[in-house]
Amino acid sequence: MPDSESRVKPADTLWQRCNGCGEIIYRKTLESNFHVCNRCGYHFRIGPEEYIRIILDENSWEELDADLIAGDPLRFPKYPEKLREARQKTGRNDAFSYGRGMCGRIPVVFGVMDFGFIGGSMGSVVGEKVARAIRLARKESRPLIIVATSGGARMQEGIISLMQMAKTSAELGLLRQARVPYIAIPVDPCTAGVMASFASLGDVIISEPNALLGFAGQRVIEDTIGEKLPPGFQRAEFMLRHGLVDVVVPRRNLKETVVRILSVLWYRHQSL
Amino acid sequence: MPATQNQGWLDFEQPLVELLDRLEEVTALGAAQEVERIQKQIEELKLKLYSQLTPWQRVQMARHPRRPYTLDYIERICNDFVELHGDRAFGDDPAIIAGLGKIDTVPFAIVGHQKGRDTKEKLARNFGMPHPEGYRKALRIMDLAARFEVPILCLVDTPGAYPGIGAEERGQAEAIARNLREMALLEVPIIVIVTGEGGSGGALAIAVGDRILMQENAVYSVISPEGCAAILWRDGSKAEEAAAVLKMTAPDLLSLGVIDEIVPEPPGGAHQDWDEAAKLLKKAVLANYYYLNTLPGSELVSRRIARFNSIGVFQTPENNPRQ
Ligand SMILES: [Zn+2]
Repeated sequence: MPDSESRVKPADTLWQRCNGCGEIIYRKTLESNFHVCNRCGYHFRIGPEEYIRIILDENSWEELDADLIAGDPLRFPKYPEKLREARQKTGRNDAFSYGRGMCGRIPVVFGVMDFGFIGGSMGSVVGEKVARAIRLARKESRPLIIVATSGGARMQEGIISLMQMAKTSAELGLLRQARVPYIAIPVDPCTAGVMASFASLGDVIISEPNALLGFAGQRVIEDTIGEKLPPGFQRAEFMLRHGLVDVVVPRRNLKETVVRILSVLWYRHQSL
Repeated sequence: MPATQNQGWLDFEQPLVELLDRLEEVTALGAAQEVERIQKQIEELKLKLYSQLTPWQRVQMARHPRRPYTLDYIERICNDFVELHGDRAFGDDPAIIAGLGKIDTVPFAIVGHQKGRDTKEKLARNFGMPHPEGYRKALRIMDLAARFEVPILCLVDTPGAYPGIGAEERGQAEAIARNLREMALLEVPIIVIVTGEGGSGGALAIAVGDRILMQENAVYSVISPEGCAAILWRDGSKAEEAAAVLKMTAPDLLSLGVIDEIVPEPPGGAHQDWDEAAKLLKKAVLANYYYLNTLPGSELVSRRIARFNSIGVFQTPENNPRQ
Protein backbone atom coordinates (compact mmCIF):
# COMPACT_ATOMS: atom_id res chain seq x y z
CA MET A 1 0.00 0.00 0.00
CA PRO A 2 1.52 3.35 -1.01
CA ASP A 3 2.22 5.51 1.99
CA SER A 4 3.01 9.19 1.57
CA GLU A 5 4.54 9.25 5.03
CA SER A 6 7.23 6.73 4.09
CA ARG A 7 8.95 9.53 2.22
CA VAL A 8 9.48 11.57 5.40
CA LYS A 9 13.19 12.32 5.97
CA PRO A 10 14.92 9.89 8.36
CA ALA A 11 15.87 12.70 10.72
CA ASP A 12 12.17 13.50 11.26
CA THR A 13 11.32 9.91 12.01
CA LEU A 14 14.04 9.59 14.64
CA TRP A 15 13.21 12.72 16.57
CA GLN A 16 10.01 14.37 17.61
CA ARG A 17 9.44 17.85 19.00
CA CYS A 18 7.16 17.94 22.07
CA ASN A 19 4.01 20.00 21.56
CA GLY A 20 3.98 20.67 25.28
CA CYS A 21 7.48 21.89 26.14
CA GLY A 22 9.25 22.08 22.78
CA GLU A 23 11.90 19.54 23.81
CA ILE A 24 13.30 17.39 21.01
CA ILE A 25 12.69 13.77 22.03
CA TYR A 26 14.21 10.59 20.63
CA ARG A 27 11.33 8.71 19.11
CA LYS A 28 12.29 5.37 20.63
CA THR A 29 12.23 6.98 24.08
CA LEU A 30 8.78 8.35 23.34
CA GLU A 31 7.52 4.95 22.23
CA SER A 32 8.81 3.21 25.31
CA ASN A 33 7.04 5.85 27.41
CA PHE A 34 3.52 5.42 26.01
CA HIS A 35 4.09 8.42 23.69
CA VAL A 36 4.19 10.74 26.68
CA CYS A 37 6.86 13.42 27.09
CA ASN A 38 9.24 12.52 29.90
CA ARG A 39 9.84 16.12 30.73
CA CYS A 40 6.37 17.75 30.74
CA GLY A 41 3.94 14.84 30.60
CA TYR A 42 2.43 15.91 27.29
CA HIS A 43 0.35 13.07 25.83
CA PHE A 44 0.91 12.70 22.10
CA ARG A 45 -2.06 11.44 20.12
CA ILE A 46 -1.72 7.77 19.31
CA GLY A 47 -3.53 5.44 16.95
CA PRO A 48 -5.69 2.34 17.38
CA GLU A 49 -2.74 -0.10 17.32
CA GLU A 50 -1.12 1.65 20.27
CA TYR A 51 -4.34 1.60 22.29
CA ILE A 52 -4.84 -2.06 21.51
CA ARG A 53 -1.29 -2.73 22.69
CA ILE A 54 -1.70 -0.59 25.81
CA ILE A 55 -5.12 -1.78 26.99
CA LEU A 56 -5.50 -5.38 25.82
CA ASP A 57 -3.49 -8.40 26.97
CA GLU A 58 -0.80 -9.47 24.53
CA ASN A 59 -2.03 -11.33 21.44
CA SER A 60 -5.64 -11.34 22.65
CA TRP A 61 -7.06 -8.97 19.99
CA GLU A 62 -9.37 -10.56 17.47
CA GLU A 63 -10.86 -7.93 15.16
CA LEU A 64 -14.36 -8.24 13.71
CA ASP A 65 -16.10 -6.72 10.69
CA ALA A 66 -12.95 -4.94 9.51
CA ASP A 67 -14.31 -5.20 5.99
CA LEU A 68 -17.38 -2.95 6.26
CA ILE A 69 -17.14 -0.13 3.75
CA ALA A 70 -19.01 3.17 3.62
CA GLY A 71 -21.58 3.91 0.94
CA ASP A 72 -22.32 7.37 -0.37
CA PRO A 73 -26.01 7.87 0.44
CA LEU A 74 -26.09 11.59 -0.41
CA ARG A 75 -23.76 11.38 -3.42
CA PHE A 76 -21.84 14.03 -1.57
CA PRO A 77 -19.16 16.00 -3.45
CA LYS A 78 -15.78 14.24 -3.35
CA TYR A 79 -16.79 11.80 -0.60
CA PRO A 80 -15.62 8.65 -2.45
CA GLU A 81 -12.22 10.30 -3.05
CA LYS A 82 -12.02 11.31 0.58
CA LEU A 83 -12.75 7.76 1.68
CA ARG A 84 -10.18 6.36 -0.70
CA GLU A 85 -7.51 8.74 0.62
CA ALA A 86 -8.37 7.92 4.22
CA ARG A 87 -8.16 4.19 3.51
CA GLN A 88 -4.75 4.57 1.92
CA LYS A 89 -3.46 6.78 4.70
CA THR A 90 -4.63 4.58 7.58
CA GLY A 91 -4.78 1.12 6.03
CA ARG A 92 -8.24 0.84 7.55
CA ASN A 93 -11.68 0.75 5.94
CA ASP A 94 -13.22 3.28 8.32
CA ALA A 95 -12.72 5.13 11.59
CA PHE A 96 -13.69 2.43 14.09
CA SER A 97 -12.29 -1.03 14.83
CA TYR A 98 -13.72 -3.50 17.30
CA GLY A 99 -13.36 -7.07 18.36
CA ARG A 100 -12.90 -9.51 21.20
CA GLY A 101 -9.95 -9.30 23.53
CA MET A 102 -8.73 -9.83 27.04
CA CYS A 103 -8.03 -7.05 29.50
CA GLY A 104 -6.32 -8.19 32.70
CA ARG A 105 -7.48 -11.69 31.80
CA ILE A 106 -11.09 -10.53 31.67
CA PRO A 107 -12.79 -11.30 28.34
CA VAL A 108 -14.01 -7.98 26.90
CA VAL A 109 -15.31 -6.39 23.74
CA PHE A 110 -12.91 -3.63 22.77
CA GLY A 111 -13.46 -0.81 20.30
CA VAL A 112 -11.20 2.04 19.24
CA MET A 113 -11.54 4.99 16.88
CA ASP A 114 -8.97 6.36 14.47
CA PHE A 115 -8.86 10.17 14.40
CA GLY A 116 -6.68 9.91 11.31
CA PHE A 117 -9.62 8.58 9.31
CA ILE A 118 -11.61 11.70 8.29
CA GLY A 119 -11.26 13.12 11.79
CA GLY A 120 -12.66 9.99 13.39
CA SER A 121 -16.04 11.05 12.08
CA MET A 122 -19.07 8.80 12.62
CA GLY A 123 -20.92 7.76 9.50
CA SER A 124 -22.84 4.57 8.78
CA VAL A 125 -19.86 2.23 9.19
CA VAL A 126 -18.76 3.66 12.53
CA GLY A 127 -22.35 3.72 13.79
CA GLU A 128 -23.02 0.16 12.65
CA LYS A 129 -19.80 -1.21 14.09
CA VAL A 130 -20.22 0.57 17.41
CA ALA A 131 -23.77 -0.83 17.58
CA ARG A 132 -22.46 -4.32 16.75
CA ALA A 133 -19.76 -4.03 19.41
CA ILE A 134 -22.38 -3.10 21.99
CA ARG A 135 -24.64 -5.95 20.91
CA LEU A 136 -21.75 -8.44 21.05
CA ALA A 137 -20.93 -7.28 24.58
CA ARG A 138 -24.55 -7.88 25.58
CA LYS A 139 -24.94 -11.24 23.84
CA GLU A 140 -21.64 -12.64 25.17
CA SER A 141 -21.83 -10.85 28.49
CA ARG A 142 -18.42 -9.25 28.09
CA PRO A 143 -17.63 -5.80 29.50
CA LEU A 144 -17.34 -3.18 26.77
CA ILE A 145 -14.41 -0.77 26.47
CA ILE A 146 -14.40 1.93 23.81
CA VAL A 147 -11.61 4.44 23.15
CA ALA A 148 -13.30 7.35 21.39
CA THR A 149 -11.64 10.15 19.47
CA SER A 150 -13.67 12.05 16.91
CA GLY A 151 -14.65 15.41 15.52
CA GLY A 152 -18.29 14.29 15.44
CA ALA A 153 -20.79 13.04 12.91
CA ARG A 154 -19.61 12.60 9.31
CA MET A 155 -21.02 15.55 7.38
CA GLN A 156 -20.66 13.71 4.07
CA GLU A 157 -23.36 11.22 5.11
CA GLY A 158 -25.70 13.99 6.23
CA ILE A 159 -28.76 13.03 8.23
CA ILE A 160 -27.80 9.34 8.05
CA SER A 161 -24.75 10.05 10.18
CA LEU A 162 -26.80 12.04 12.69
CA MET A 163 -29.02 8.99 13.14
CA GLN A 164 -25.98 6.92 14.17
CA MET A 165 -26.00 8.88 17.42
CA ALA A 166 -29.46 7.54 18.21
CA LYS A 167 -28.56 4.06 16.99
CA THR A 168 -25.50 3.66 19.22
CA SER A 169 -27.15 5.27 22.25
CA ALA A 170 -30.24 3.07 21.96
CA GLU A 171 -28.06 -0.07 21.91
CA LEU A 172 -26.31 1.21 25.02
CA GLY A 173 -29.72 1.42 26.68
CA LEU A 174 -30.14 -2.32 26.14
CA LEU A 175 -26.61 -3.02 27.38
CA ARG A 176 -27.34 -1.05 30.51
CA GLN A 177 -30.56 -3.00 31.09
CA ALA A 178 -28.56 -6.21 30.67
CA ARG A 179 -26.15 -4.97 33.40
CA VAL A 180 -23.02 -5.39 31.38
CA PRO A 181 -20.48 -2.67 32.23
CA TYR A 182 -19.31 -0.14 29.66
CA ILE A 183 -16.14 1.84 30.13
CA ALA A 184 -15.88 4.85 27.84
CA ILE A 185 -12.44 6.31 27.24
CA PRO A 186 -12.79 9.57 25.31
CA VAL A 187 -9.31 10.80 24.38
CA ASP A 188 -7.89 13.83 22.61
CA PRO A 189 -9.92 15.12 20.82
CA CYS A 190 -13.47 13.91 21.29
CA THR A 191 -16.29 16.31 20.53
CA ALA A 192 -19.71 16.84 18.95
CA GLY A 193 -21.75 13.86 17.72
CA VAL A 194 -19.58 11.15 19.26
CA MET A 195 -19.25 12.94 22.60
CA ALA A 196 -23.00 13.61 22.46
CA SER A 197 -23.72 9.91 22.10
CA PHE A 198 -21.80 6.77 23.07
CA ALA A 199 -18.63 8.46 24.36
CA SER A 200 -20.62 10.17 27.14
CA LEU A 201 -22.62 7.13 28.15
CA GLY A 202 -20.01 5.01 29.90
CA ASP A 203 -20.89 3.58 33.29
CA VAL A 204 -17.42 4.84 34.01
CA ILE A 205 -15.71 7.51 31.91
CA ILE A 206 -11.92 7.65 31.91
CA SER A 207 -9.78 10.18 30.07
CA GLU A 208 -6.17 11.21 29.62
CA PRO A 209 -4.48 14.41 30.81
CA ASN A 210 -5.28 17.52 28.77
CA ALA A 211 -7.57 15.69 26.32
CA LEU A 212 -10.00 18.05 24.57
CA LEU A 213 -13.53 16.83 25.30
CA GLY A 214 -16.86 18.55 24.78
CA PHE A 215 -19.87 19.21 22.65
CA ALA A 216 -19.20 22.34 20.61
CA GLY A 217 -15.97 23.17 18.82
CA GLN A 218 -13.92 25.92 20.41
CA ARG A 219 -14.09 28.22 17.38
CA VAL A 220 -17.86 27.88 17.21
CA ILE A 221 -18.16 28.83 20.88
CA GLU A 222 -15.82 31.81 20.48
CA ASP A 223 -17.76 33.01 17.45
CA THR A 224 -21.06 32.63 19.31
CA ILE A 225 -20.13 34.35 22.55
CA GLY A 226 -17.70 36.82 20.97
CA GLU A 227 -14.86 36.23 23.37
CA LYS A 228 -11.77 34.09 23.83
CA LEU A 229 -12.13 30.92 25.86
CA PRO A 230 -10.25 30.59 29.14
CA PRO A 231 -7.17 28.33 29.15
CA GLY A 232 -7.97 24.72 30.00
CA PHE A 233 -11.55 25.04 28.76
CA GLN A 234 -12.98 21.66 27.68
CA ARG A 235 -9.83 19.84 28.75
CA ALA A 236 -10.09 16.57 30.64
CA GLU A 237 -9.26 18.28 33.95
CA PHE A 238 -12.06 20.81 33.30
CA MET A 239 -14.44 17.93 32.60
CA LEU A 240 -13.33 16.25 35.82
CA ARG A 241 -13.89 19.45 37.83
CA HIS A 242 -17.38 19.82 36.36
CA GLY A 243 -18.34 16.25 37.15
CA LEU A 244 -18.42 15.03 33.57
CA VAL A 245 -15.70 12.37 33.66
CA ASP A 246 -14.93 9.95 36.48
CA VAL A 247 -11.18 9.92 36.38
CA VAL A 248 -8.25 11.34 34.43
CA VAL A 249 -5.21 9.10 34.42
CA PRO A 250 -1.82 9.20 32.69
CA ARG A 251 -1.69 6.79 29.79
CA ARG A 252 0.72 4.47 31.57
CA ASN A 253 -1.99 3.86 34.21
CA LEU A 254 -4.88 3.51 31.79
CA LYS A 255 -5.00 -0.27 31.66
CA GLU A 256 -4.45 -0.68 35.36
CA THR A 257 -7.38 1.67 36.03
CA VAL A 258 -9.67 -0.19 33.65
CA VAL A 259 -8.73 -3.53 35.19
CA ARG A 260 -9.26 -2.29 38.74
CA ILE A 261 -12.75 -1.02 37.87
CA LEU A 262 -13.75 -4.16 35.99
CA SER A 263 -12.38 -6.41 38.69
CA VAL A 264 -14.93 -4.82 41.01
CA LEU A 265 -17.91 -4.36 38.68
CA TRP A 266 -17.39 -7.76 37.08
CA TYR A 267 -16.32 -9.54 40.25
CA ARG A 268 -19.30 -11.91 40.31
CA HIS A 269 -18.82 -12.98 36.72
CA GLN A 270 -15.11 -13.62 37.12
CA SER A 271 -15.52 -15.79 40.17
CA LEU A 272 -18.13 -18.02 38.54
CA MET B 1 -50.31 37.93 13.20
CA PRO B 2 -51.91 40.21 10.58
CA ALA B 3 -50.51 39.45 7.16
CA THR B 4 -50.04 43.06 6.28
CA GLN B 5 -47.81 43.78 9.20
CA ASN B 6 -44.88 43.77 6.83
CA GLN B 7 -42.30 42.14 9.02
CA GLY B 8 -40.36 39.02 8.49
CA TRP B 9 -41.44 38.22 4.97
CA LEU B 10 -38.79 36.71 2.72
CA ASP B 11 -37.48 38.48 -0.36
CA PHE B 12 -39.12 36.10 -2.78
CA GLU B 13 -42.46 36.66 -1.01
CA GLN B 14 -42.56 40.42 -1.63
CA PRO B 15 -45.02 40.24 -4.57
CA LEU B 16 -47.37 38.33 -2.27
CA VAL B 17 -47.04 40.91 0.49
CA GLU B 18 -48.05 43.62 -1.97
CA LEU B 19 -51.16 41.69 -2.90
CA LEU B 20 -52.01 41.05 0.74
CA ASP B 21 -51.70 44.77 1.46
CA ARG B 22 -53.89 45.56 -1.53
CA LEU B 23 -56.45 43.01 -0.31
CA GLU B 24 -56.60 44.71 3.07
CA GLU B 25 -57.17 48.10 1.43
CA VAL B 26 -60.01 46.96 -0.83
CA THR B 27 -61.58 44.96 2.00
CA ALA B 28 -61.68 48.14 4.09
CA LEU B 29 -63.34 49.94 1.17
CA GLY B 30 -65.93 47.16 0.91
CA ALA B 31 -65.25 46.62 -2.78
CA ALA B 32 -66.55 43.05 -2.94
CA GLN B 33 -65.72 42.37 -6.58
CA GLU B 34 -62.21 43.69 -6.24
CA VAL B 35 -61.72 41.63 -3.08
CA GLU B 36 -62.64 38.49 -4.94
CA ARG B 37 -60.35 39.34 -7.83
CA ILE B 38 -57.35 39.89 -5.57
CA GLN B 39 -58.06 36.78 -3.53
CA LYS B 40 -57.90 34.82 -6.74
CA GLN B 41 -54.61 36.50 -7.68
CA ILE B 42 -53.24 35.62 -4.27
CA GLU B 43 -54.10 31.95 -4.64
CA GLU B 44 -52.49 31.86 -8.06
CA LEU B 45 -49.38 33.63 -6.86
CA LYS B 46 -49.00 31.29 -3.90
CA LEU B 47 -49.13 28.34 -6.21
CA LYS B 48 -46.45 29.91 -8.35
CA LEU B 49 -44.19 31.01 -5.49
CA TYR B 50 -44.32 27.94 -3.31
CA SER B 51 -44.91 24.93 -5.50
CA GLN B 52 -41.28 24.49 -6.52
CA LEU B 53 -39.15 25.76 -3.69
CA THR B 54 -35.40 25.25 -3.90
CA PRO B 55 -33.66 23.55 -0.94
CA TRP B 56 -32.37 26.91 0.21
CA GLN B 57 -35.87 28.43 0.05
CA ARG B 58 -37.05 25.52 2.20
CA VAL B 59 -34.39 26.43 4.74
CA GLN B 60 -35.69 30.00 4.69
CA MET B 61 -39.26 28.77 5.10
CA ALA B 62 -38.23 26.55 8.01
CA ARG B 63 -36.62 29.59 9.65
CA HIS B 64 -39.42 31.95 8.63
CA PRO B 65 -39.82 34.66 11.28
CA ARG B 66 -43.60 34.40 10.90
CA ARG B 67 -43.70 30.61 11.23
CA PRO B 68 -45.73 29.24 14.14
CA TYR B 69 -43.62 27.98 17.04
CA THR B 70 -44.25 25.27 19.61
CA LEU B 71 -46.45 27.36 21.92
CA ASP B 72 -48.49 28.60 18.94
CA TYR B 73 -49.26 24.99 18.08
CA ILE B 74 -49.90 23.93 21.67
CA GLU B 75 -52.41 26.77 22.03
CA ARG B 76 -54.28 25.49 18.98
CA ILE B 77 -54.16 21.73 19.35
CA CYS B 78 -54.21 21.24 23.08
CA ASN B 79 -56.81 21.71 25.82
CA ASP B 80 -55.86 22.68 29.37
CA PHE B 81 -52.11 22.59 28.79
CA VAL B 82 -50.07 22.91 31.96
CA GLU B 83 -46.48 23.92 31.37
CA LEU B 84 -44.00 22.32 33.74
CA HIS B 85 -40.66 23.88 34.47
CA GLY B 86 -37.15 23.01 35.46
CA ASP B 87 -34.73 20.10 35.55
CA ARG B 88 -34.76 19.78 39.37
CA ALA B 89 -31.03 20.31 39.38
CA PHE B 90 -29.88 23.56 37.84
CA GLY B 91 -32.70 25.65 36.41
CA ASP B 92 -35.42 26.13 33.86
CA ASP B 93 -34.53 26.52 30.21
CA PRO B 94 -36.99 28.74 28.31
CA ALA B 95 -35.67 27.35 24.99
CA ILE B 96 -37.58 24.14 25.70
CA ILE B 97 -41.27 23.85 26.57
CA ALA B 98 -42.51 20.81 28.45
CA GLY B 99 -45.90 20.05 29.89
CA LEU B 100 -49.10 18.04 30.02
CA GLY B 101 -52.39 18.45 28.23
CA LYS B 102 -55.02 16.80 26.10
CA ILE B 103 -55.35 16.72 22.35
CA ASP B 104 -59.07 16.14 21.83
CA THR B 105 -59.60 13.58 24.57
CA VAL B 106 -56.16 12.00 24.40
CA PRO B 107 -53.76 12.87 27.22
CA PHE B 108 -50.26 13.84 26.06
CA ALA B 109 -46.95 15.03 27.39
CA ILE B 110 -45.63 17.62 24.97
CA VAL B 111 -42.06 18.81 24.70
CA GLY B 112 -40.71 21.18 22.09
CA HIS B 113 -38.10 23.77 21.29
CA GLN B 114 -39.33 27.32 21.63
CA LYS B 115 -38.07 30.29 19.62
CA GLY B 116 -38.92 33.89 20.41
CA ARG B 117 -40.94 36.20 18.20
CA ASP B 118 -39.62 39.68 19.02
CA THR B 119 -36.08 40.67 20.00
CA LYS B 120 -36.76 40.53 23.71
CA GLU B 121 -38.38 37.11 23.56
CA LYS B 122 -35.74 35.81 21.15
CA LEU B 123 -33.10 36.60 23.74
CA ALA B 124 -35.18 35.14 26.56
CA ARG B 125 -35.66 31.92 24.57
CA ASN B 126 -32.01 31.96 23.44
CA PHE B 127 -33.19 31.68 19.80
CA GLY B 128 -34.51 28.22 20.56
CA MET B 129 -31.05 26.87 21.40
CA PRO B 130 -31.28 24.78 24.58
CA HIS B 131 -28.81 24.37 27.40
CA PRO B 132 -28.33 21.00 29.12
CA GLU B 133 -31.01 21.82 31.70
CA GLY B 134 -33.51 22.12 28.84
CA TYR B 135 -32.78 18.60 27.64
CA ARG B 136 -32.88 17.34 31.22
CA LYS B 137 -36.26 18.99 31.77
CA ALA B 138 -37.55 17.38 28.58
CA LEU B 139 -36.35 13.97 29.74
CA ARG B 140 -37.83 14.46 33.20
CA ILE B 141 -41.26 15.12 31.72
CA MET B 142 -41.00 12.33 29.15
CA ASP B 143 -40.01 9.90 31.88
CA LEU B 144 -42.94 11.13 33.96
CA ALA B 145 -45.25 10.51 31.03
CA ALA B 146 -43.92 7.00 30.49
CA ARG B 147 -44.47 6.05 34.12
CA PHE B 148 -48.15 6.97 33.79
CA GLU B 149 -48.57 5.48 30.33
CA VAL B 150 -49.05 8.86 28.70
CA PRO B 151 -47.98 9.21 25.04
CA ILE B 152 -45.41 11.83 24.09
CA LEU B 153 -45.43 14.46 21.36
CA CYS B 154 -42.14 16.17 20.48
CA LEU B 155 -42.07 19.33 18.38
CA VAL B 156 -38.62 20.00 16.96
CA ASP B 157 -37.52 23.49 15.92
CA THR B 158 -33.99 24.57 16.82
CA PRO B 159 -30.87 25.85 15.09
CA GLY B 160 -29.01 23.51 17.46
CA ALA B 161 -27.94 23.00 21.06
CA TYR B 162 -26.32 26.15 22.41
CA PRO B 163 -22.55 26.32 22.02
CA GLY B 164 -21.52 28.28 25.11
CA ILE B 165 -19.37 28.12 28.21
CA GLY B 166 -22.14 27.30 30.69
CA ALA B 167 -23.57 24.69 28.34
CA GLU B 168 -20.21 22.90 28.23
CA GLU B 169 -19.66 23.22 31.98
CA ARG B 170 -23.01 21.59 32.64
CA GLY B 171 -22.52 18.75 30.16
CA GLN B 172 -24.29 19.56 26.91
CA ALA B 173 -22.91 16.40 25.30
CA GLU B 174 -23.96 14.22 28.23
CA ALA B 175 -27.45 15.70 28.36
CA ILE B 176 -28.03 15.00 24.67
CA ALA B 177 -26.53 11.51 24.83
CA ARG B 178 -28.61 10.54 27.84
CA ASN B 179 -31.81 11.67 26.12
CA LEU B 180 -30.97 9.52 23.10
CA ARG B 181 -30.47 6.47 25.28
CA GLU B 182 -33.46 7.02 27.55
CA MET B 183 -35.95 8.00 24.85
CA ALA B 184 -35.19 4.72 23.09
CA LEU B 185 -36.44 2.84 26.14
CA LEU B 186 -39.66 4.70 27.03
CA GLU B 187 -42.57 2.28 26.80
CA VAL B 188 -45.14 4.74 25.45
CA PRO B 189 -45.85 6.02 21.94
CA ILE B 190 -43.50 8.85 20.94
CA ILE B 191 -44.52 10.99 17.98
CA VAL B 192 -41.91 13.42 16.70
CA ILE B 193 -42.71 16.27 14.33
CA VAL B 194 -40.00 18.53 12.95
CA THR B 195 -41.92 21.79 12.59
CA GLY B 196 -39.09 24.12 11.57
CA GLU B 197 -35.35 23.69 11.87
CA GLY B 198 -34.07 20.24 12.84
CA GLY B 199 -30.62 21.41 13.86
CA SER B 200 -28.35 18.39 14.41
CA GLY B 201 -27.83 16.82 17.84
CA GLY B 202 -29.76 19.62 19.50
CA ALA B 203 -32.82 18.51 17.53
CA LEU B 204 -32.21 14.77 17.81
CA ALA B 205 -32.07 15.02 21.59
CA ILE B 206 -35.89 15.22 21.62
CA ALA B 207 -36.46 13.32 18.37
CA VAL B 208 -36.04 9.63 19.12
CA GLY B 209 -39.52 8.32 18.43
CA ASP B 210 -41.78 5.69 16.93
CA ARG B 211 -43.10 7.91 14.22
CA ILE B 212 -40.93 10.73 12.88
CA LEU B 213 -42.72 13.31 10.80
CA MET B 214 -41.69 16.53 9.12
CA GLN B 215 -43.84 19.43 8.11
CA GLU B 216 -43.71 20.19 4.43
CA ASN B 217 -41.34 23.12 4.81
CA ALA B 218 -39.24 21.87 7.70
CA VAL B 219 -35.58 20.90 7.33
CA TYR B 220 -33.47 18.42 9.29
CA SER B 221 -29.73 18.12 9.01
CA VAL B 222 -26.51 17.04 10.68
CA ILE B 223 -25.05 20.53 10.13
CA SER B 224 -26.39 23.93 9.08
CA PRO B 225 -25.89 24.81 5.41
CA GLU B 226 -23.74 27.74 6.55
CA GLY B 227 -21.53 25.42 8.62
CA CYS B 228 -21.28 22.92 5.79
CA ALA B 229 -20.32 25.62 3.29
CA ALA B 230 -17.65 26.93 5.66
CA ILE B 231 -16.10 23.45 5.88
CA LEU B 232 -16.49 22.47 2.22
CA TRP B 233 -15.61 25.69 0.49
CA ARG B 234 -14.32 27.81 3.39
CA ASP B 235 -17.10 30.19 2.52
CA GLY B 236 -20.21 30.43 4.70
CA SER B 237 -21.98 32.49 2.05
CA LYS B 238 -22.28 29.43 -0.16
CA ALA B 239 -25.00 28.12 2.12
CA GLU B 240 -27.43 28.00 -0.77
CA GLU B 241 -25.33 25.36 -2.53
CA ALA B 242 -24.70 23.50 0.71
CA ALA B 243 -28.44 23.27 1.38
CA ALA B 244 -28.84 21.27 -1.82
CA VAL B 245 -25.85 19.04 -1.13
CA LEU B 246 -27.02 18.15 2.41
CA LYS B 247 -30.40 16.73 1.30
CA MET B 248 -32.18 18.25 4.26
CA THR B 249 -35.74 18.85 3.05
CA ALA B 250 -38.73 16.75 4.05
CA PRO B 251 -38.96 14.98 0.67
CA ASP B 252 -35.20 14.23 0.88
CA LEU B 253 -35.54 12.65 4.32
CA LEU B 254 -38.56 10.67 3.27
CA SER B 255 -36.68 9.18 0.33
CA LEU B 256 -33.64 8.47 2.57
CA GLY B 257 -35.98 6.50 4.84
CA VAL B 258 -35.25 8.65 7.89
CA ILE B 259 -38.78 10.00 8.34
CA ASP B 260 -42.17 8.30 8.02
CA GLU B 261 -44.44 10.99 6.75
CA ILE B 262 -44.70 14.59 5.58
CA VAL B 263 -47.29 16.74 7.33
CA PRO B 264 -48.91 19.11 4.84
CA GLU B 265 -49.00 22.85 5.44
CA PRO B 266 -51.59 25.37 4.23
CA PRO B 267 -50.97 26.86 0.75
CA GLY B 268 -47.85 29.01 0.91
CA GLY B 269 -46.63 27.52 4.18
CA ALA B 270 -47.56 27.35 7.85
CA HIS B 271 -46.93 31.07 8.36
CA GLN B 272 -49.84 32.01 6.08
CA ASP B 273 -52.45 30.42 8.33
CA TRP B 274 -51.48 29.25 11.80
CA ASP B 275 -54.92 27.79 12.57
CA GLU B 276 -54.96 25.67 9.45
CA ALA B 277 -51.35 24.57 10.02
CA ALA B 278 -52.26 23.51 13.55
CA LYS B 279 -55.31 21.63 12.31
CA LEU B 280 -53.21 19.64 9.85
CA LEU B 281 -50.59 18.95 12.50
CA LYS B 282 -53.20 17.78 15.00
CA LYS B 283 -54.73 15.45 12.46
CA ALA B 284 -51.33 13.84 11.86
CA VAL B 285 -50.64 13.51 15.59
CA LEU B 286 -53.93 11.77 16.31
CA ALA B 287 -53.81 9.45 13.30
CA ASN B 288 -50.36 8.27 14.33
CA TYR B 289 -51.35 8.01 17.96
CA TYR B 290 -54.32 5.77 17.20
CA TYR B 291 -52.04 3.49 15.23
CA LEU B 292 -49.26 3.34 17.85
CA ASN B 293 -51.71 2.90 20.69
CA THR B 294 -52.54 -0.57 19.43
CA LEU B 295 -48.99 -1.75 20.23
CA PRO B 296 -47.81 -2.81 23.70
CA GLY B 297 -45.02 -0.70 25.24
CA SER B 298 -42.34 -3.38 24.93
CA GLU B 299 -43.18 -3.80 21.25
CA LEU B 300 -42.88 -0.03 20.73
CA VAL B 301 -39.40 -0.08 22.26
CA SER B 302 -38.11 -3.01 20.24
CA ARG B 303 -39.48 -1.56 17.00
CA ARG B 304 -38.07 1.87 17.84
CA ILE B 305 -34.59 0.45 18.44
CA ALA B 306 -34.81 -1.72 15.33
CA ARG B 307 -35.80 1.32 13.32
CA PHE B 308 -32.67 3.27 14.24
CA ASN B 309 -30.56 0.15 13.89
CA SER B 310 -31.69 -0.17 10.30
CA ILE B 311 -30.49 3.31 9.34
CA GLY B 312 -27.08 3.22 7.67
CA VAL B 313 -25.62 2.69 4.22
CA PHE B 314 -22.58 0.44 3.96
CA GLN B 315 -21.32 -2.61 2.17
CA THR B 316 -19.13 -5.63 2.70
CA PRO B 317 -16.34 -6.30 0.19
CA GLU B 318 -18.39 -8.89 -1.69
CA ASN B 319 -20.05 -5.73 -2.96
CA ASN B 320 -23.22 -6.58 -1.25
CA PRO B 321 -24.84 -3.20 -0.58
CA ARG B 322 -27.06 -3.17 2.45
CA GLN B 323 -29.23 -0.40 3.71
ZN1 LIG C 1 7.18 17.94 26.76
